[in-house]
Amino acid sequence: MPAVSKGDGMRGLAVFISDIRNCKSKEAEIKRINKELANIRSKFKGDKALDGYSKKKYVCKLLFIFLLGHDIDFGHMEAVNLLSSNKYTEKQIGYLFISVLVNSNSELIRLINNAIKNDLASRNPTFMCLALHCIANVGSREMGEAFAADIPRILVAGDSMDSVKQSAALCLLRLYKASPDLVPMGEWTARVVHLLNDQHMGVVTAAVSLITCLCKKNPDDFKTCVSLAVSRLSRIVSSASTDLQDYTYYFVPAPWLSVKLLRLLQCYPPPEDAAVKGRLVECLETVLNKAQEPPKSKKVQHSNAKNAILFETISLIIHYDSEPNLLVRACNQLGQFLQHRETNLRYLALESMCTLASSEFSHEAVKTHIDTVINALKTERDVSVRQRAADLLYAMCDRSNAKQIVSEMLRYLETADYAIREEIVLKVAILAEKYAVDYSWYVDTILNLIRIAGDYVSEEVWYRVLQIVTNRDDVQGYAAKTVFEALQAPACHENMVKVGGYILGEFGNLIAGDPRSSPPVQFSLLHSKFHLCSVATRALLLSTYIKFINLFPETKATIQGVLRAGSQLRNADVELQQRAVEYLTLSSVASTDVLATVLEEMPPFPERESSILAKLKRKKGPGAGSALDDSRRDPSSHDINGGVEPTPSTVSTPSPSADLLGLRAAPPPAAPPAPSGAGNLLVDVFSDSPAAQPGLGPSPEEAFLSPGPEDIGPPIPEADELLNKFVCRNNGVLFENQLLQIGVKSEFRQNLGRMYLFYGNKTSVQFQNFSPTVVHPGDLQTQLAVQTKRVASQVDGGAQVQQVLNIECLRDFLTPPLLSVRFRYGGAPQSLTLKLPVTINKFFQPTEMAAQDFFQRWKQLSLPQQEAQKIFKANHPMDAEVTKAKLLGFGSALLDNVDPNPENFVGAGIIQTKALQVGCLLRLEPNAQAQVQWSEERGEGMQSVGGQAPQPVCGTLSRQQQQQPPWPQLQRHQPPSCAWLLSPQHQVAGSGYLGPVDGLFCFLLWLPWL
Amino acid sequence: MVWIRFILIQNRAGKTRLAKWYMQFDDDEKQKLIEEVHAVVTVRDAKHTNFVEFRNFKIIYRRYAGLYFCICVDVNDNNLAYLEAIHNFVEVLNEYFHNVCELDLVFNFYKVTVVDEMFLAGEIRETSQTKVLKQLLMLQSLE
Repeated sequence: MPAVSKGDGMRGLAVFISDIRNCKSKEAEIKRINKELANIRSKFKGDKALDGYSKKKYVCKLLFIFLLGHDIDFGHMEAVNLLSSNKYTEKQIGYLFISVLVNSNSELIRLINNAIKNDLASRNPTFMCLALHCIANVGSREMGEAFAADIPRILVAGDSMDSVKQSAALCLLRLYKASPDLVPMGEWTARVVHLLNDQHMGVVTAAVSLITCLCKKNPDDFKTCVSLAVSRLSRIVSSASTDLQDYTYYFVPAPWLSVKLLRLLQCYPPPEDAAVKGRLVECLETVLNKAQEPPKSKKVQHSNAKNAILFETISLIIHYDSEPNLLVRACNQLGQFLQHRETNLRYLALESMCTLASSEFSHEAVKTHIDTVINALKTERDVSVRQRAADLLYAMCDRSNAKQIVSEMLRYLETADYAIREEIVLKVAILAEKYAVDYSWYVDTILNLIRIAGDYVSEEVWYRVLQIVTNRDDVQGYAAKTVFEALQAPACHENMVKVGGYILGEFGNLIAGDPRSSPPVQFSLLHSKFHLCSVATRALLLSTYIKFINLFPETKATIQGVLRAGSQLRNADVELQQRAVEYLTLSSVASTDVLATVLEEMPPFPERESSILAKLKRKKGPGAGSALDDSRRDPSSHDINGGVEPTPSTVSTPSPSADLLGLRAAPPPAAPPAPSGAGNLLVDVFSDSPAAQPGLGPSPEEAFLSPGPEDIGPPIPEADELLNKFVCRNNGVLFENQLLQIGVKSEFRQNLGRMYLFYGNKTSVQFQNFSPTVVHPGDLQTQLAVQTKRVASQVDGGAQVQQVLNIECLRDFLTPPLLSVRFRYGGAPQSLTLKLPVTINKFFQPTEMAAQDFFQRWKQLSLPQQEAQKIFKANHPMDAEVTKAKLLGFGSALLDNVDPNPENFVGAGIIQTKALQVGCLLRLEPNAQAQVQWSEERGEGMQSVGGQAPQPVCGTLSRQQQQQPPWPQLQRHQPPSCAWLLSPQHQVAGSGYLGPVDGLFCFLLWLPWL
Repeated sequence: MVWIRFILIQNRAGKTRLAKWYMQFDDDEKQKLIEEVHAVVTVRDAKHTNFVEFRNFKIIYRRYAGLYFCICVDVNDNNLAYLEAIHNFVEVLNEYFHNVCELDLVFNFYKVTVVDEMFLAGEIRETSQTKVLKQLLMLQSLE
């Protein structure tokens, strides 16, 4: 029992600990503990007053029992008593006990705070430190309230001992982190900055941490710390290895203090004062020089301490990103480490170089190490090092080395650890797209990805290849040929079947001339995979088949046979059954012309720029192409992968889209050819995921474990943007972050709607207390009725739960309802508030109307409150097709041949609410020269027509002024609605249903492919 | 803001010999963290780095005989500085307990104040071994 030999050992305690250790079973241990608890309880309750030593001993035993994992429900009072002992050892045990077992018993808190207060005022540095450490360890708000005002005073008091200052600085730091509002700024702040000059290095060490934390929130107040930090750093860096005595660690002067000072400097831009800047640059150069000197010791501690400073120096150089010379030197230094025998150094060099790759000054220097990095990817034993190598390859990739890097990554993928496959797949997909010079290479790369690691190819990746093939007619034939060949492999991945099915359905005709890939061959090849595939894939293949009927009339009989088979028509899965039934009917009833129109090639996908890349480019200028946005922090999130340069329209062939209802007219004019550089032509699928990793909590502490607010919080900042995406569409991903994905599928008819929310747990950990609720802010309760069904309160890792919402629009409304989602993830409460995508236009029903009716009504609606006008700048090239699609998505009918000016758009519809219906007329006048759109809407309140299907309601509009029309309210929100519908976020094509879902043909406008 | 989230000393079997938490965790969460840290750290061998990603953070750890000393920090914090902070701490323990062993930590669990001298509020408080040991000896001499 080594402990007993110590002078202050408590013999009884040591015996007890030995007994516990000697227990042979859990039962024996519990028995021994219970015996001890009974003993302690009787001592505490006994008549005889206990002396300080016994009290200390028993409290210590209780603490030990607690640390073994047993509950302790008494002894707190005895522990609090120890606080007022004037013996250090007793006081110390008392403080230890309450730090570990503090409870919110208000009576005790008062006593504890009182004891702390006495110790803080005691002028005994040992006691003061104990009290300060206790506050720092507990760090509760109550303690902050009690002491936050006292501690700054202790910190800057002239007569405080050094050790007290150290503790006070960090104690204050803890309180400031926990509740910044409680720490008053004041004249002490200036004096804190001057602690950087303190004689005692320990005081400086503690003070730098406090200043770093404070200056992050109040950079201007602490500006003077920069020059002080530089001069302190300079003194340390230039000192000889023994100058600092106690603070020299294995021949390295004050390594931790140097690191902290360098981190403090990273809170600020480079110093403006030339002298300070010169001195700092000198320091940085000295550190880089020292790295080249022979080591003063062979011990790893020496090199670690030295390199800790070196890496922090490099971080600062990268942070400044303004000294090309230093950046290149840093890069060369890291290059040496890439082949160091210490794994730690290789790892850190790869990691640090990754950030250097994003600087325009060092990007080229980083690239020279490509072979070493590729070698690391192949040979490193530690998967985390290989991962850093993959990150670095991704970061250093540009057009000059893309082919090499992509092929190395593909090769690595064959043997890569499961943990990082998905990430590698994403990286390859992004690089292939970003730096594609010819599209056949891109198609080959993605198909290789599917072949090598099909399970890890997420939907985004293979959707993307389809979008690109659809938008680029020069690659379509090649793609068809390649997928056809790939499908001939005896075992091919289901994702390959999906891609193959889609591409052949669209472009199979391009290879049909070759007898080896004639239509019947193509069909039987695809159909041979059909039965082994999942429902989703089979559904996609059914769509391929109906497309085949149009492409290859000779396959019609065979395909109809397949559709007619009982296994399809009576399939237990409704989606398959519905597709089979509808496709079969379509193929029999529709004329060839109708079929050709309905099953026309998909229109090009709209272009979107990756928001993240755009941000990066704004910040860094050109050359920032190699992204800093490595995804290793969260391999499951795809939104970081914005990998594309801004994209002008890429429509390569005007593609008249199917238009059964005569709502869409001429094909869009061919877009001007995109500027050179084929990489520019690609669009970014990844921006589909909504916000860029919106965290659930604002501070890092909350990101770890956040106490949820009691009431529903305000919507997240991106809520409006997310909402806007759904103004013109009903389905999609509403929200996504690292933990959770929320998908929406909704349908609206008249004044009723049904919405399905899909909550997907993206982690592998179960969410607990999962509760999504819908809240009606303000008057919304009277305007919109939303019925929700409860969902299970647990969501397993990787699972999805569905919630159904029944919505009824009672009268017109302005603000959408809020969706509040709360759950516990890994013990941490999470909460999140979004805007539910229900806007007034969801209840907008299109109405057809002849030209003369339209203008007659238009003129009638002439009162100021019946009209809303807005002129706004188009954020996008004004493409007629896109605009039409948006107006349709908005809910209005588009009226052709109404406006004498064919450039203008004219629409009509009725807003359906339970209380009344409101006719709305709409004109949109694009002015292409000025890139300005002028839109006007007129509408009028009218009485309900008794639940009848809307007759040409606008036609029967007659002014009924006696019934106060709701138009004044509508007027307020119509203009923003107009603005929404032309805002760039909208994606309309390919999103499924338009209008009410009641007929067979409704959804055929766009086939629900995916 | 960068600071240490917790310090853990565990033995190979996963028994905790010292735990300092610099954030609020409830007891269940602490237990879970202890188990997770043990799981990620013990599978690594000498050829691996001393750093391992951990949730949204990273663990810097070093093994001394049967004990793992682990510090959890932000991903962008300085790995080597914390790695040597561990060693510095271990040298102090070694001096203080005269060749420290696991049992010293078991029987002297109430002397975790040693940690507070060197790490406080999740920050490095004092790095000089001489100063820390002087202070500890002074405290030792007090009643």
